[in-house]
This record gives sequence, structure tokens and C-alpha cells, in this order.
Amino acid sequence: MQLLMLLLFIALPVLLSWPLGRFMTAVMNPPINSSDGRMEILLRKTGGRMLDREQDWKGYLISMLFFNAIMFTAVVLMLALQQMLPLNPDGKGPLEASLIFNTAASFVTNTNLQHYAGEVSMSYFSQLFALTWLQFVSAATGIACFTALARSLAGRTLVGNFYRDLLRSTLFILLPLSIIVALLLVVGGVPMTFEGAAAARTLEGAMQTIARGPVAAMVAIKQLGTNGGGFFGPNSTHPFENPSFLTNYIECICIPLIAMATVWMFGRITGRMRHAAVIFSVMLLLLVLKSGIALNLESAPAMAFKGLPIESVSNLEGKELRFGPSGTAAMWAAVTTATSNGSVNCMHDSLNPLTGLVPLAGMWLNVIFGGVGVGFINMFIFIIVGVFICGMMVGRTPEYCARKVETHEMKLALLALLVHPLLILVGTALFASTTWGASTVLNKGAHGFSEILYEFSSAAANNGSGFEGLGDGTVPWNVSTGLVMLLGRFIPIILPLAIAGSMAAKKPVPETTGTLRIDTPLFAVVILGSVLLIGALLFMPVAVLGPVADYLSTSIQ
Amino acid sequence: MKTTLMEDTGANIAASLRIALATIVLCSGLYPLFIFSFAHFAVPEAASGSLVRNQAGKVVGSRLIAQAFTKPGYFWPRPSAVKYTAEAAGGSNLSPAGPEVRERALKTVKEYGADSRHPLPADLAATSGSGLDPLITLRAALFQASRVAHARGMALSDVEAAIRRHADGQKILGSGEGLVNVLVLNMELDAAGKTTMVPR
Repeated sequence: MQLLMLLLFIALPVLLSWPLGRFMTAVMNPPINSSDGRMEILLRKTGGRMLDREQDWKGYLISMLFFNAIMFTAVVLMLALQQMLPLNPDGKGPLEASLIFNTAASFVTNTNLQHYAGEVSMSYFSQLFALTWLQFVSAATGIACFTALARSLAGRTLVGNFYRDLLRSTLFILLPLSIIVALLLVVGGVPMTFEGAAAARTLEGAMQTIARGPVAAMVAIKQLGTNGGGFFGPNSTHPFENPSFLTNYIECICIPLIAMATVWMFGRITGRMRHAAVIFSVMLLLLVLKSGIALNLESAPAMAFKGLPIESVSNLEGKELRFGPSGTAAMWAAVTTATSNGSVNCMHDSLNPLTGLVPLAGMWLNVIFGGVGVGFINMFIFIIVGVFICGMMVGRTPEYCARKVETHEMKLALLALLVHPLLILVGTALFASTTWGASTVLNKGAHGFSEILYEFSSAAANNGSGFEGLGDGTVPWNVSTGLVMLLGRFIPIILPLAIAGSMAAKKPVPETTGTLRIDTPLFAVVILGSVLLIGALLFMPVAVLGPVADYLSTSIQ
Repeated sequence: MKTTLMEDTGANIAASLRIALATIVLCSGLYPLFIFSFAHFAVPEAASGSLVRNQAGKVVGSRLIAQAFTKPGYFWPRPSAVKYTAEAAGGSNLSPAGPEVRERALKTVKEYGADSRHPLPADLAATSGSGLDPLITLRAALFQASRVAHARGMALSDVEAAIRRHADGQKILGSGEGLVNVLVLNMELDAAGKTTMVPR
């Protein structure tokens, strides 16, 4: 039964990713002489003459940063003025300044860490015009930068035009897919209304205020764009975001879909399909492992009920019954943290202690398909490191995609590799040892430590899920995680593009029998090794302090 | 094409602004409006929140959202960490291995009068993720049937029949276990109560 679940939730996105990858390549990377097509003319009309420029990696990144700065500014303004703006039937008031900073940073960086509850704090205008908009364009930014990386590794020094790529991915990939998914969700019972909260008099005569709103439009893109920021506080756990087993299935397969397709897209753009297949299988193996472990661990009953007259079934604390056995929620937890989606359909804080390690591990590695576009960019760093280690072992200058990998590239790669653990470990240490963090945890002891660790992991990985027991709506939390999200987003995009740009500028080296083959199962082992060893070694100590200690202290009594 | 830094900055800002505006109109204006129009044409009930009304036409709740039931004559939903507040949903966020959950479960066990011969179905002891889970398992409904039947003066078999009528339509893939919508079931019991000539 569990195996069937695993198959059901992973096989469909894998199958769909193949045609989607083909479609996305055609849209994002059309043959150069097709620039007179109707689509391209439409794009140029929208964006202006700037779109005619072919940019090198530096120009591309500068445009990316300009656009992201505009995104940030516009959304800060919208959130700061929400009490004066329209579409606010429930009269939501002003937001606190550090929360505005955190929320804008969170949605610009595709993280969607939410230090607010949507139905409590946000007007419909803020939800649609600030947050949903950013869910589209932040995902499109990821896809665009990934496309530039792929072109770079295909040997091009001019990597395209950021604005053109951004428009292409928004208009032709994210919008059409979101429309399909949103329509399916609406049919499945997800509300889509501009009326304010409904007032009900319950059967027992009490008053119940039922928050609702334009939910379906937001849920579709938050699932597809690896955003994860929901309309309501409990995200896809809320019956209005996710009313049935079927909507749960649709939403869950949307999570890894585009990230999977980008791997095939990489193969097509660089003309190295077998290499793409090798990377895909490493990612898929990790995803299946992670989901399987979560599924299995979460089938254990809640330890707190031991010895009480309560039927012994899988842990139901923080779960919803309509999604089926607890394992399906644990699978979602695994998938949503493998990709950097971060939407949830159960409360991760209430997962069994060891199950809590599964989402954490996913965010630490951050390459199991990962965020749309950026997941592959992260994996590129591990590939470079793997190639380098292999080169060292045989005593040859390492090569990747017919370009030499030398000191300059390795310096940047190691920097990129170390930013992620640095942000997580330093942040966790700081907050665990001061009242900033220690006074905000809900659970005692090791589980409380996990809450802090999870928050920083989620911010640095641009994931956005949380151990929500944490009282994270404070100024120190808002400011620190806001900064971590920005650094954790832009450094791991800038450095890899710099590496690829520097490689593209080199003379190609002919591939000989002595060249390290990157399209063999052996190379899959190399990548797997570098991902697991580097990831595991860096985070082993905190894993033991958090979830493992939590498990040992509660299960051995 | 050589351009100065100033020109570049100007061109970047202009393009960013144009594209920001265009994507806002599309993604935040036209896209939601299209989904909204479809929803109100095709599934108006669901689109506005699957609200349930009584015979007088007054809204009594939503089919998808749990509400508090405390009287013995009603079936009770799963416990809620937010007391069924449907404008600020949420779970307990407590560790399922921690002392708080255990203490809470002890209280719940006492409320339901469960013992080792009649253990409490686990979904009635564990708070749901949203605090608004509208469903309980078939076992949890049957567990409460005698209390409800007694309080309403109905035959146990009638109550159980009502439960099973509802559980049929709610079977979910994967578990094979029936699920019951608490609000819908309670409304049906109320309706049946009104038409019964002699309440027992």
C-alpha cells in the first residue's frame, strides 16, 4: 500500500516532466533565427528596446538584480499601504515594518517563509497584487537564470536577455500551467471569491467567522513555482486550500514538476541528454529514498499516546484525515523540502521526532530537484566539485562540458558551497544561545532547538516551510531571516553564473578517451557521493543535537 | 554595442518598470479574474466557500470547515488547537512525543469515557493540522453513536444507519476507511428529529 502511494505521487510528475521539458526548451530557447516570430514581437512590445540586447553573464545578472530590486520596492509599498488600498472587505490594518521587510524578502526570493497568517493579516489586494505577483516573477527569475546557466555551459558567452527570458517563463510556462491547475482546484472545491469572511451561526448557536477569498489562483502558482506561500496560515493543510484527496494529489504532483522538467531542459540546451539523465536519476533516487523514509517513520503512532486507552494508528497530530493515511502527508513533507517549495499539508512541528529530520535533510542538501531553476544551479556546484575531486584523483586538469575547471572556478564554487551551511549554522547558534531564539520556542529541549534550526534551514534554502510552533513574528526573527533569505537566494545564483561564464570564455578542449565521462552510472555515483558526503558532514552535528536527541530522549524511557 | 553605465542603468530601470507593470496586470489582474469568472459560472457554491444553510436560509457553517460541538446529542469533531476559529486556523505544533500532548490526550480520554476495552479512536485524541478538519473516521463516529442516541432518545441502530449512509460517500483512496462529515451528519440528525412523531 505504501509503495503504491510512493509510486502514485512520484511517477506522474516524472512522466509529465519529459514533455514539459521539451515544451519549456522550445519556449525558453527557441532557435536564434526565430526572433521574428509573433511571440517574440509581443515580448518586445511589452518590454521595450532593452529586450533586443544579447547580454553576457554580467549584464544578465545586473538586469536580474535591477528587476528584483523593483519587485522588492513595489511590494514593500503595496504591503505598507494595504489599509488604504482596495480589495480589503475585512478591513485588514497596517502591517509592522520588520514584518513588511521579511515578507517582501521572503516572496522576492521565492522562499515564502510566512511570519504572518494570511487570513489574519493580509487584504485580498496584498494577497493577489503583492504576493501572488511575486510568486510568478520570482519563479520566472529562477527559470531565467537557469536558462542562462545552461546556455553558458553550452559554450555561449552571450547568454541571452534576462527580460526576454523572464517574460517567456511567466507568460508561456507559469501562467498557462497555473490556469490549468487553478481551474482543476476550483472544480475540486477550492474557493475563489472576493466576498469578505462569511458569518455563520452554528448548530449550537455560536457565531463562527469563516475566512475565505481568492484562494484558488494563489494555491495554483504557489505549488507550481516552488513558492509555497499559502493563502491561509496552515497552508495546504487548510480545508479551503486543499479540500479533498484529489486536490491533494494535484497539488502534490505540481510541487516537483517544473524543477524536474528543467533537468531535461538542461540536457536539450547543452545537447547532453545522457548527462541530464544521469543527474535526473541521482535526484530521483534521493527523492524516493527521502519519501520512503518519511512514509515509513510517520506510520508509527504518536509516542505521547503510549499506554493510554487510544487506538494505535499512525501519528495523526497535526494531520488532516481527508488526505489518507499519515504517510501521504509525510511524503508531501519530503517532496516539499526536496524541491524548495515549502508548502505543507500537515504541521511539520508535529511530525514524529525522527521524521522531522527528513525535511531538514532535504533543505540542507537543497539539490533534490530543488527550487524551479535554482535547484539545478545548486546541483551545478556539486557537479563541479565532483568533477574536481575526480580530476585530482587521476591527476588531470578537471573538465566539465568541454571546458577546463581551474582555480578561479573552484574558489567561487567552494564559496557558493559554504554560504548555505554558514547561514544556517551561524544563525542557529546565535538564536539558540540568546533570548532572541530561546524565548520564542514552543516545545522544550531538543525539539525546541529543532524549531530554531528548521527556521534558519528553511530561510537559507529558500524553502519557506516551518516548525510553526516557533513564535517567529518578532523583530529579531524578521530581520535575521529576511537577510538570510536574500543572501541565500542571490549568492547561489550569482556565483554559479560567474563560474559558467568564466568557463564559456575558455577555449573548448576536445573530448578524448582520457576525458572524465559525465554520462555514465559511475558519474552518478560521483555526484551522489559529493552531495551526500559534503551535505552530511556539514550538518551531522546539528542533526544529532536536534531531531536525533529529540527521538532518543522521548523513545528511551 | 558599447554603452555607458548611466545609459545602462536607465535602460534597465525602464525595462524593469514596464515588465513589472505588464506582469502585475496579467498575473494579479487578468489571471485571477478569469479563474473567478469560471468559478462563479461553473461551481458557484464551492467558489464562495461551500457554505451550508438551514431551512430558513441562514448560513450555519461550511461543509469544509469544522465547528464546535459540545452537546451530547451532537457528534463531536476532532479536537482543535484554535478552538475552531475559522478566521485564524492552525494546529497545536506540539511534539507528538511531548508531555503536553499526553496531558491533553488524558483529558480527552476522560471526556469520552474511553478505557482499555473501548479505546478512543486516535483521530479524536489528536488535534488536526488546520484545527478545522471537518471529518472524523467511521470508527470515531461509531464510538460516539451510543452517547448521541442516548441524548436524543433515538434507537442506536437508527444513529448507526445515519453514520453509515454518510461514510459511504467519503471513502478515501489508500485507507479504505470511511470518513464522516460531522456537520452534515449532525444536520441530518436534527432534520430527522423534527420529523419524528414521538421522540423516544
